[in-house]
Amino acid sequence: MKVGIVVFPGSNCDHDCYYAAAHAAGAHPVFLWHKDHELKNVDAIIVPGGFSYGDYLRSGAMARFSPIMEEVVAFANRGGMVLGVCNGFQILTESGLLPGVLMRNKNLKFLCCDVHVRSELEPSATPFTKKIDKGRVLRMPIAHNDGCYYADAETLDRLEGEGQIAFRYVSAAGAISESGNPNGSLRSIAGVRNEKGNVLGLMPHPERCAEDLLGNQDGALLIQGFSS
Amino acid sequence: MTAPATAAPREPEVDEKVARGMGLTPAEYARICDLIGRKPGYTELGMFAVMWSEHCSYKSSRVHLKTFPTTGPRVLKGPGENAGIVSIGDGLAVVFKMESHNHPSFIEPHQGAATGVGGILRDVFTMGARPIANLNSLSFGAPDHPKTRYLLGGVVSGVGSYGNCMGVPTVGGELRFHPSYNGNNLVNAMTVGLVPEEKIFLGQAHGVGNPVMYVGSRTGRDGIHGATMASGEFDQETEEKRPTVQVGDPFTEKLLLEACLEAMKSDHIVGIQDMGAAGLTCSTVEMADRGNTGILLDLDKVPLREDGMVPYEMMLSESQERMLLVAQKGHEQDLIRIFQKWDLQCSVVGEVTDGDRVVVKHQGRVVVDLPVNPLTSGAPLYDRPRAEPEGLHELHDLDLASLDSGGTPAETLVRLIGSPNLCSRRWVWSQYDHTVQTNTVRGPGGDAAVVRIKGTHKALALTSDVNPRLVALDPEEGAAQAVAEAARNVACVGAVPLAITDCLNFGNPEKPDVMWQFERAVAGLGRACRALGVPVVSGNVSLYNETEGKGILPTPTVGMVGLIDNVAHVGQAGFRDEGDVILLLGDAMGSLAGSEWLHVLHGLLGGRIPRVDLARERTLGELLRDGYRNGTIKSAHDVSEGGLAVALAECCLLGSGAGATIKLDPIDRIDSLLFGEAPGRVVVSATAANARKLEKAAEKAGLPCRKLGKVEGDHLEWKGLFRLSLATLRDVHEGGLRAIVGA
Repeated sequence: MKVGIVVFPGSNCDHDCYYAAAHAAGAHPVFLWHKDHELKNVDAIIVPGGFSYGDYLRSGAMARFSPIMEEVVAFANRGGMVLGVCNGFQILTESGLLPGVLMRNKNLKFLCCDVHVRSELEPSATPFTKKIDKGRVLRMPIAHNDGCYYADAETLDRLEGEGQIAFRYVSAAGAISESGNPNGSLRSIAGVRNEKGNVLGLMPHPERCAEDLLGNQDGALLIQGFSS
Repeated sequence: MTAPATAAPREPEVDEKVARGMGLTPAEYARICDLIGRKPGYTELGMFAVMWSEHCSYKSSRVHLKTFPTTGPRVLKGPGENAGIVSIGDGLAVVFKMESHNHPSFIEPHQGAATGVGGILRDVFTMGARPIANLNSLSFGAPDHPKTRYLLGGVVSGVGSYGNCMGVPTVGGELRFHPSYNGNNLVNAMTVGLVPEEKIFLGQAHGVGNPVMYVGSRTGRDGIHGATMASGEFDQETEEKRPTVQVGDPFTEKLLLEACLEAMKSDHIVGIQDMGAAGLTCSTVEMADRGNTGILLDLDKVPLREDGMVPYEMMLSESQERMLLVAQKGHEQDLIRIFQKWDLQCSVVGEVTDGDRVVVKHQGRVVVDLPVNPLTSGAPLYDRPRAEPEGLHELHDLDLASLDSGGTPAETLVRLIGSPNLCSRRWVWSQYDHTVQTNTVRGPGGDAAVVRIKGTHKALALTSDVNPRLVALDPEEGAAQAVAEAARNVACVGAVPLAITDCLNFGNPEKPDVMWQFERAVAGLGRACRALGVPVVSGNVSLYNETEGKGILPTPTVGMVGLIDNVAHVGQAGFRDEGDVILLLGDAMGSLAGSEWLHVLHGLLGGRIPRVDLARERTLGELLRDGYRNGTIKSAHDVSEGGLAVALAECCLLGSGAGATIKLDPIDRIDSLLFGEAPGRVVVSATAANARKLEKAAEKAGLPCRKLGKVEGDHLEWKGLFRLSLATLRDVHEGGLRAIVGA
C-alpha cells in the first residue's frame, strides 16, 4: 500500500504521518509536494496537520487552492481513500470534500490535550474504521486553535441521518457531555466522512498515538486502515 | 536611459552626545575613536553601540563566565557559537541553548515571547540541527498585581503560537510568581535540536571571493536597537519602546527551517548564522570574526520591506526570520533554487574578502569601513565593583522558630498545593503543542520531560530549574542547588546529566550588590557543574532587569539535557500500583528557610538555607538510574518546593490514581517534616521485595533511606497528621492557576 502525504508550506505533522504510516501500518509512504500535480500512483492520501500557509487567513483556506489539491479532489472523486487530520480536516472542508467548517475553539485558545472520541460508524462505513467497532471509545491527542465543528442544523441533521458523523467527543466512559467536548463542536462532532465513505476527516491526531512507547496505541487502529 | 542619480542623504554628525543616545558612555565613545583612529560615521557608531551592548558583548559578565567548566569528552562545541553541541553517540549530537527575551516580553508580551522562541529556534537550526523540543522558564510578578494576568496570558499565547506553528513540541519548563518581577517579567526560552555529527554548521566566513547570501524575510524598520533596549533599565518611558519589539512570523520561520535543512544537505554552504540581536551587523561581524576574514556588504542588494531605509536602519534592524550564509562560489543558483522552492527571498548581498575589514556600501558610497576586531574583542571588559547586599545578614537571622504553623497540617497542605507557585501548570502547557513530532515519552508536569530519538533506543531528558529565593538568600549556594536540582530531575526519569545551558537574569550590574550576586551565582553554578561532571556548553546573560531602581530576585536559570541509553528504562514521577512501598532517599527533615511555606503562609523570605552535598547528589543519581535499569524502581519524584507533603501529593496526582498512607513521626517541628525543603531528597516507589533491595543499595552507597508507607486507597493520609482525598487535592491543585488567569 503506497500512501501519499501532502506537504504544504507550514505542514508540521507530515513527518509524523509518514512515520506512523510506515511503522503502525506497514505502508509505503511518499511525500506529495503542494506545487506538483503528481500523485505518484499512491493508493491513499493523508492530508496532515500543521499551519498550511501559516493559517493567517482562515485555517485551510489557502491550501485548497494549491495545485496538489486539484489532484486530491479528483482522486477522492474517483473513490480514492483520503484521510484529513487536524489542519488536513480543515483543508478537506474548505475544499468541499467534507461538509461543515472548523471554527475557533470555544475558549479561544490553542488546546493540546488527550480527548476521548466514540466511533459512531459501523466498521464497514469507511476503510479507516474497519478495525473500530461502533461505540468504541478511543483516546487521542488534540492540538488545535480551530476545532469547533460547525454546520447549519439542516446539514447536521442530514449528516446524522446518513451516518456521516464518524467520531464524537465523549467522556472516558463514552457519554456525550459538555465537559467532554473540548472545543465547543456542534453535536460534539470530532470527525466526519463523505457520503461514499472514502474520505474521512477528524481533529484528533491518530498518528500521535500509534505506539506503545508513547503510552497509547488507539490511533494505530485508524492508521492501519491503510494497511490492507 | 539612465535614472537620475539621487544622492543618498548624508549621515548625521557623530559626537559624544549621539553616542550616549545609542547607549554608549563617553569613555566607550573615546575608546571607539581611539581603536579605529578616527571619529566613526553614524552607521559605524550604531554598529559599535549594538556590538558593545551588554546583550551582545557580555562586557560586565565575561570576566566571571570564564570560570565555567566548558569542556568534556562529549562536548563538540562549547560557548561562543550559536548554541552548544554535545555528542550522544550513534553519530548524533544534541544542540541546545537557552536565551532570554525579558525586556521585549514586558513591553509587548505576545510578540516579545513569540520572537524569543523564534530566535532560539534559529540559533539551533542554523547549526544544522532539527529542533526537537522547546522549554521555557517564566517568572511573573505577584499573582494579584494588575499586570500579571495580562502579561502571563500574552507570554503563554506568544510562546505557544510560535512553537506550535513551527511544529516543535514545548515539553517542559517552569512558571513562578514573585513581586520582584512586577515590573520585569522573565521569559527564558530553550530549544533542543538534533544533528548528525558530520553535518554541523558553524557561523564562519571562509574562502575569499565566496558569496555572502541573505535568506528569509525582508528587512524592515522593526527592532532597531533592540539589543540596546535590552541592555537598559525600565522607566516611565518603557511603553514608548514598543517599536523596538519585533513582530514574529512563525510560518516564514518554518519555511526557513525546512529550506535551510534542505540546503545544508548540499555541500554548498560554507557557514551560516541567524540574524538575531543586532541583525545584519552582528551576523556579518561575528562570521568575519570567527573566520578571520573580511566581508563586503552591498546594502542595495538587501531585500527591504519599505522604501527610504538608510544604512543605519538596515544594519541595526532586528526584523525576524532572516539568515546570513556564506556559499561556495559558483553554487549560488543551486541555493537560490532551494530557497525559491520554499518561496523565500534569497540574494547575494556581498562577498568574503581578504583582510579583516567589514565594508558596507550603499548607493555607491562606502558607509562602513571598520576592522572587525574592535567591534568584537575590542569591546570593553568590566570587572565591576561588588559588595554583599545590605540587610542580607538580617534575612539570615530570621527567627523561624517563632513563626506559628498557620493552620492544621491538612489546611496548610491544601493551601500550598493550590498556591500560585505549586499548583498545576496545565492551563499553561495545554496551550503548547507538546505531542507533535511523536517523540514525547514524558510530557510537561513531571520532573523532566523525555523525548525519544527515532532510529535509536535513546531518549533525552530535559528540564529547566532554579529557585530564585534560595539564590537571593545565598547566591553561591542557591545557584549550585539549581544545577543539583536539574540533575536530580533528570535522574528521576532515569537519565544521566550531559551538560547545561544557563540563562543568567540579574538586575543592574552597575550596582555592587547585584554584581556581587552575579559573581557568587556564577561561582556556585561552576562548583556544582564541576562536582557533577556537567559542563556549561551555552548560555545567555540578561542584566538590567530593573524597573525604577528595583531589581528582580537573582534568577540563574539552568537548562539541562540528560541522556537515557535505553528508552525502555525511562522513569516517571507518579505512583503506579497499589501495595507498592514508598521510600524516601535523603534526609527526612527539611528546612523552612527560604521555603514556599514561609512565602505562602508568612509572606517572608529569610533563614539560612541548608547546603547541598554534591557528592551525595551524584550517588543519588546513580542509585536512581541503576534502579530504573534493573527494574527495582517504579517511580521517583524530586522533593523540592513545598517539601515532603507536597511531593507525596504530587506523586499521587501524577500517578495512576492511587493514594498513599504514610507513617513517619516528626523528630522536630511538624512543619519542617511536612513542608521543609532541602536538596538531595527523592520519593521513590517499588514493590515490597524491591524496596528491600533498594534499602540495601542505599545503605551500601551511604545514602539515608527510610520507608515512608504504602501506595493504597484514594486518599493521601499521614498517620496522626492529616487525611485528604485525592479528589480534594486534585481540585485545589488544578484550580490554583485558573484563579489567577480568570479562566
